[in-house]
Amino acid sequence: MISGNKAKGWLYLLPALLFLGAFMVYPLIDVLIYSFEEGYNSASQTFFGVGTYNYSYVLRDPYFLAALKNTIILVIITVPLSTGFALLISLALNSVRKLKNLFQTVYFLPYVTNTLAVGLVFMILFKKTAYTEGMVNLLINWFGGSSVDFIDGPYWAKMFVLCFYTIWIVLPFKILILTSALASVNEDLYKAAKIDGASGFTIFRKITLPMISPMIFYLVITGFIGAFKAYSDSVALFGTDLNAAGMNTIVGYIYDMLYGNSGGFPSYASAAALILFVIVLTITCINLMISRKNVHY
Amino acid sequence: MKIRFEHLTKIFPNMNKKLPDVVAVNDFDFEIPDGKLIGLLGPSGCGKSTALNIICGLERPTKGRIYFDDDDVTDLPPENRGVGMVFQNYALYPHLTVKENIMFPLRNIKRSERPSEEEMEERVLEAARLVQIEQLMERKPSQMSGGQQQRVAIARALVKGPPVLLLDEPLSNLDARLRLQTREELKRIQTETGITTVFVTHDQEEAMSISDLIVVMKEGAVHQIGHPQDVYDDPRDLFVAKFLGTPPINVFTGEIRNGGLMIGDEEVLRVSGDVRDQKVYIGIRPEGFELSDTGAFTVDMIRVEVMGRDTSVVSRHDAMTGVSIRSIIPSDSGIDRNAKKVRFDLKPHKVDLFDIETEERITCGLMRREG
Amino acid sequence: MDFEKIEKRARRKKLLKNIFVYTFLAVWALMVLFPFYWMLLTSIKSYSSYNSEYVPKFYAEQPTFDNYKDAFTTVPLARYFSNTIIFTLITTALMLIVAVLAAFAFSRLQFKGRDLVFTGFLALMMIPNELVIITNFQTITNMDLRNTFTGLILPSVTSVFYIYLLKENFEQIPDELYKAAKVDGTSDFMYLIKVMLPISRPTIVTITILKIIECWNSYVWPRLITDDQLYFLVSNGIQEIRENGFGRENIPAMMAAVVVISIPLIILFLIFHKKIMEGVSRGGTKG
Repeated sequence: MISGNKAKGWLYLLPALLFLGAFMVYPLIDVLIYSFEEGYNSASQTFFGVGTYNYSYVLRDPYFLAALKNTIILVIITVPLSTGFALLISLALNSVRKLKNLFQTVYFLPYVTNTLAVGLVFMILFKKTAYTEGMVNLLINWFGGSSVDFIDGPYWAKMFVLCFYTIWIVLPFKILILTSALASVNEDLYKAAKIDGASGFTIFRKITLPMISPMIFYLVITGFIGAFKAYSDSVALFGTDLNAAGMNTIVGYIYDMLYGNSGGFPSYASAAALILFVIVLTITCINLMISRKNVHY
Repeated sequence: MKIRFEHLTKIFPNMNKKLPDVVAVNDFDFEIPDGKLIGLLGPSGCGKSTALNIICGLERPTKGRIYFDDDDVTDLPPENRGVGMVFQNYALYPHLTVKENIMFPLRNIKRSERPSEEEMEERVLEAARLVQIEQLMERKPSQMSGGQQQRVAIARALVKGPPVLLLDEPLSNLDARLRLQTREELKRIQTETGITTVFVTHDQEEAMSISDLIVVMKEGAVHQIGHPQDVYDDPRDLFVAKFLGTPPINVFTGEIRNGGLMIGDEEVLRVSGDVRDQKVYIGIRPEGFELSDTGAFTVDMIRVEVMGRDTSVVSRHDAMTGVSIRSIIPSDSGIDRNAKKVRFDLKPHKVDLFDIETEERITCGLMRREG
Repeated sequence: MDFEKIEKRARRKKLLKNIFVYTFLAVWALMVLFPFYWMLLTSIKSYSSYNSEYVPKFYAEQPTFDNYKDAFTTVPLARYFSNTIIFTLITTALMLIVAVLAAFAFSRLQFKGRDLVFTGFLALMMIPNELVIITNFQTITNMDLRNTFTGLILPSVTSVFYIYLLKENFEQIPDELYKAAKVDGTSDFMYLIKVMLPISRPTIVTITILKIIECWNSYVWPRLITDDQLYFLVSNGIQEIRENGFGRENIPAMMAAVVVISIPLIILFLIFHKKIMEGVSRGGTKG
């Protein structure tokens, strides 16, 4: 370890401190202040008073409540489904040797693609227009169902597409993490279990699952956080005016409050952001508590 | 239960097509008797672990059959063979307590055949007592020392009452002192349970000290099977002779000429029996040297090492094949430490001759010169 | 027992299992690849043939590259493209400089308060972007930096996670190397440049690629801070094209633009997929 002069250390740290101070620490304090400043005006940078009005406004705003509902539905559907499905795929991947790397690489592809760009493709696949039923409806028709407009149609259809696309987007990360978790389980444990007379399913339940449980919980926690912050997936599918489409999310609400036609209310945005932060924090803590009880080792 | 191999062979195809395939087990054709402790011994990479994996069913042989008593188990999957196995790194389930680890094999028994909950508890406790870990039952593997972990692994392997117990390098992960202690422990457990036990090791001393029978392997092939002392005294070939014993056997190039065994120009022993004159390898155990003023074998002394009970004489000779000659003599032999030359007589039963081409032992009688 | 039968049954079971597993894997691979195929396919269909296909075809009857021409001429796609490249390169370069210096200070320099500051850094990793973006928006707006590269880049530089990753990597370099370099008369800075950076190259490449991906795909901040098309990045460009470009329904042209935007990252992925996947599995998360 170098024991040089003190100033030198700070000098090397200076750029990082400047950037973080200006764009992370200061905003963090500021957002708290904003959220309690009532009637803040962006143009004149003045406000009437200090209080919790912003919070009560946001919590009573039907747009926020709709966004909250959408986000919660999205979280409840996508987190378990995507984690479970990723586990299935990883198990399948782990049980084969040939083509494993190819499949793994293909599965990871969505991670590096532009959410907005591919979302547009999904929109086209699901959209029903005057000219065409769209790819997905064609499939539904084949199986004898009747067409649905997934993009401008009923709420459940829109929610379905949003969940579907979200899962498609988050799976690569989960598959990658679970595949490497599975691969890192000591091969001898499986051998020992076999000799101890365990069947395939018992080995999975009693050895594999407990061994990768820390990673599963990690994915559930990050999955909750990620899904609560959903936004660009929704924009990609339904356009920027999410309130009109009825598909807004909490993060979408925050940005709408800040900017655009409905914008100019940083105080409301701050209050909403802090509400979101509290929700995420609570859920993460609950998750951690559950995992401490169940992830034993 | 005895284990019988019939022309058992395991070949691993080489991934690189240009290189030859690896023959890990080459034509095993022998029987492991019931209720004995058997040491599978050989340098690393000689295929001894593969042999173990074939016995427990984790690997399938390329050719040949394997029998438990009279049952052909070659195609039986490991879960149906009922053997117990202790892995080199113990392979304890890290998320389970000691008790749960030992209980694991019992829980996997089909419900209809599984003993009652109380009986399982009793058997777990019994196995734990056998290896003396009954006071650690609620610990997790990570909270235990290597020696304790190994005891758990043995208990887990024994709890089902297997007809065969397999151990892969059981002592290699332990420190020197613990190794000695565990060695005795293994012997005790084996004697107490009477289970046919096969263990794999690359440490000849370990194998010699506790085995009823050792199997010496090299490059997949069995070189010799026998009681440790017999194998030590009558090695079948030069490899076995060199592999067993510490310090290792001293090997010289020499010659049988006119009924005399020659090292250089000195006739060290007389040879009897029907042997032609030929060049030979001469192996002399370190304890095969006797200090004698009239000795027939003269070496250049390098140094004398005092080891307490014994004295080790390090010397050299033009005909030796190693870096130096080591001979062990009693410490009261009164050797002159400053002598340039030392003369030895050789004990005939500590000397073996090997064919220079095949390296196999030449059977003949050896005796001291008259006079 | 009839072992031949057991063996045969086991082999058949294994074959069935393999067929099942591979079918499952192949179906999902198809699900992943299909959108990419569809966007390529649609991008080479002509506007009229696309709109005349009430039942969309899985192939293009008369493939055309006109859409790509449209994508570059009717909307300023080239401009979006060059904006994104400038934004990505400068942001990534700045991030690297800041992260390398900070990681060096944390891992190799000894000074009072170092560990405290590092703990503070770690705490910052847990702060969601949504919390700080509001003030950043106000700050940049007040500084009159909207619709400038400075405004786009500055708040995007910081990456606590990469500093952390790099610090961990730097710490694995043995101390003896530093002592040897000191004896050879190297200054701290030269030691960082000449010894630490080359040794840590794999990690540096990984974080560079991850940052490039992050920059290329960033949407929220650019959307807030730019409303002048001249400063749009590709993500905003896509959204703009979708809502106003090409006369709303020219889907083949849209898909051509989408293809063009996606290609750089896909190429990067094809070259570096091992590094990217390795880097991500070491703890990166998207966004």
